[in-house]
This record gives sequence, structure tokens and C-alpha cells, in this order.
Amino acid sequence: MKLALGHAASPRIWPVALIGALVLLLGLLAAGLRSGPRELPSPLIGKPAPAFQLQTLQSPQRMLTPHDLRGQVWILNVWASWCTACREEHPAWVDFAKSQRVPLYGLNYKDKPEDAMRWLGNFGNPYVHSLVDGDGRTGIDWGVYGVPETFIIDREGVIRHRQVGPVTPQILRDTIIPLLQRLGP
Amino acid sequence: MRRWCALSGLMCQRAIGGLIVLLFVLHNAQADTDSQLEARVMQVAEGLRCLVCQNETLAASQASLAVDLRAQIRGMLAQGQSPEEIRDYMVARYGDYVLYRPPWRASTLLLWVGPFVLLIAALVWVGRHLRKRVNTTAATLDPETAARADEWLGVPPSVTREAGGKAASQGAEHRRTASRGLPS
Repeated sequence: MKLALGHAASPRIWPVALIGALVLLLGLLAAGLRSGPRELPSPLIGKPAPAFQLQTLQSPQRMLTPHDLRGQVWILNVWASWCTACREEHPAWVDFAKSQRVPLYGLNYKDKPEDAMRWLGNFGNPYVHSLVDGDGRTGIDWGVYGVPETFIIDREGVIRHRQVGPVTPQILRDTIIPLLQRLGP
Repeated sequence: MRRWCALSGLMCQRAIGGLIVLLFVLHNAQADTDSQLEARVMQVAEGLRCLVCQNETLAASQASLAVDLRAQIRGMLAQGQSPEEIRDYMVARYGDYVLYRPPWRASTLLLWVGPFVLLIAALVWVGRHLRKRVNTTAATLDPETAARADEWLGVPPSVTREAGGKAASQGAEHRRTASRGLPS
């Protein structure tokens, strides 16, 4: 009787277990499809902002380092005049800059200064300063793999958030501004 | 020629010849170290993922970031840094994702072990299924069915007598155990 029970139970458990595993696998694959494989997690979240010493676009004789920005929450937005997605997100940053929540700094990535100046002249300049990263070395140090990217740095100089790709008004409203409120002025 | 060569004719020729040979050797040596360095750059880049075109290695990609990162690798190798130091440098900036071979971590355990777990589960299932099938085919022939099958197939009864008889007794056993619990 015991043996008969075992025979009856095993053929029912195995197909169910296999179908369960298959459904789980399909769910995992579906989640993988939805989760935007282009957005890589940054190992720099929670780490101090990588050091740099860069000229600014407007005043080439002045050098800026992350140390100069300590004691305040600030945003670093990586942009370039050749980048079409930057053009797309630009109005959102111009609006954001008007609200004067926190200073917005630009990292002008692998660009010609004259092109960059013309671009800011045409579309408005939301940045306190734009740092000149002509050869993209600072971009590498920040783990930038595409433009635009945006980093939020807290008062201790620690990176708290990274946004890959263009910022939209929704992202500003739902993610970035709430985080800034939590981090304080 | 005599005007700028301060040596006698033959000596001068030899000196110039020697100079040309020396320049040639130096040039080749330079090209040699260049191609050696390039080979090492490519070796390191083979193990790293291009972050823009994510299914390519850093060595294969022509994306501008890949070109920049290869230049970075070249610079670091020329400074005498080891491939491990370069890999650490890349991982610190771009995360484990930059490694073409994912490392053993708790988060990558499913990736490494998953296929083998699935394979073993499938093999166990197939094994059990096959064993069950062997049992059931042996038990389904009862003497009447066997006789009818023989009749339809036109097989003389003597050929299957032995095998059929064995199966028949098993089948009868089976039916008896099955009917035991049922109200009749």
C-alpha cells in the first residue's frame, strides 16, 4: 500500500515541479526584458566622488575640484553638444535651475569648447559651471559610459544617486527632487 | 660628400652604412615593443566588456568609449601596471559588469549553478519516467488481451506463450492489489 502511494505521488509532483521551474524561469526572463539592460548599476553609489581638477567652460583660468563643492548637495550632469539626448533633457534642467534648489554643475564630455559655448547660447545655460573634460578621462573615473548621465552628491561629497540617460520632468519630480529633500539643502 | 664627412672615403662609407644598420635595428626594436604592447592591451581588453555595445568585448568594439578605454589600458600597461590592477581599476568604475567572465558571487550563483541544476533535475525526471514506463508496459498485458493480440496479429500462440504468461501473472497480481481497497 505504501509502495502504491509512492508511485501515485511521484508522477504528479515531478511535472508540477518542472512546470513551476519553467514558469519561474520565464518570469525571470520577462523581468530581464523589462528591466532596461542599458542601465547598469554604478559601483560608485555610496562612495566619495572621484577626484578631478578641471577648467570651467566660462573661465578657463579657473580650476574646480570636488573639494570646492564640499558642504553642499550638488548635481553633476554629464553633457555634450553632440549628444541628441542631452538636447532632449535640456529644458527640464533649465526649469530645474530656475527653482534654485541645489547647484547644478555640468561635465562637458569630449566636446569642443566653442561648440559647447554655442550650444549653451542657443538653448540656455542651467549650469553654475560646466567643467571641461575634453579627453573623457574624468568621465572614465566617474564610470560614465554614455551621455547624458546625472549624479547627485551629498554634503560629505558622497555620490548618492546616478541617473543614466535623459532626465524627464517625471524623473525629476518622482526621484531626484524627493532625494534632494531627504539630503537637505 | 667629402666636404661633410671628416673621415677618409672607405671609413666614411662604412660609418654611414653602420649608421643605417643601427637606425634600422632601432626602428625594428621600437616596432617590436609597440606590437608587443598592443598584443598585451588586446589580451587585457578581451577580458573586459564594452559598456556601450554590451555583447562585445572591449577588444572587439569600435565604440569611442572602447577606444578610450583601450588607450587607458595601454597607458597603464606602459606604466608597468599588471592586468589585475587594470581589471580592478575598471571594476571600481564600472562594476562587475565590465568583466566578460562574471565572478563567483552570491548574486551570480544562479548564473553559474542554474544550468547544472536544471540539467540534473531534467535527468532525474527522465530517469524516473523511463523506469515507470518499463514497469507499466510489463504490467498491462493480461492473458485475454495477449491472446486477442496474438489472434489479430496472426502469431501462433506458442511463440509468445512464455513471455505472455509471465506478464499475465504480473497483470493479475496488479489487478488484485488495485481492487483490494474498492467496495465490490
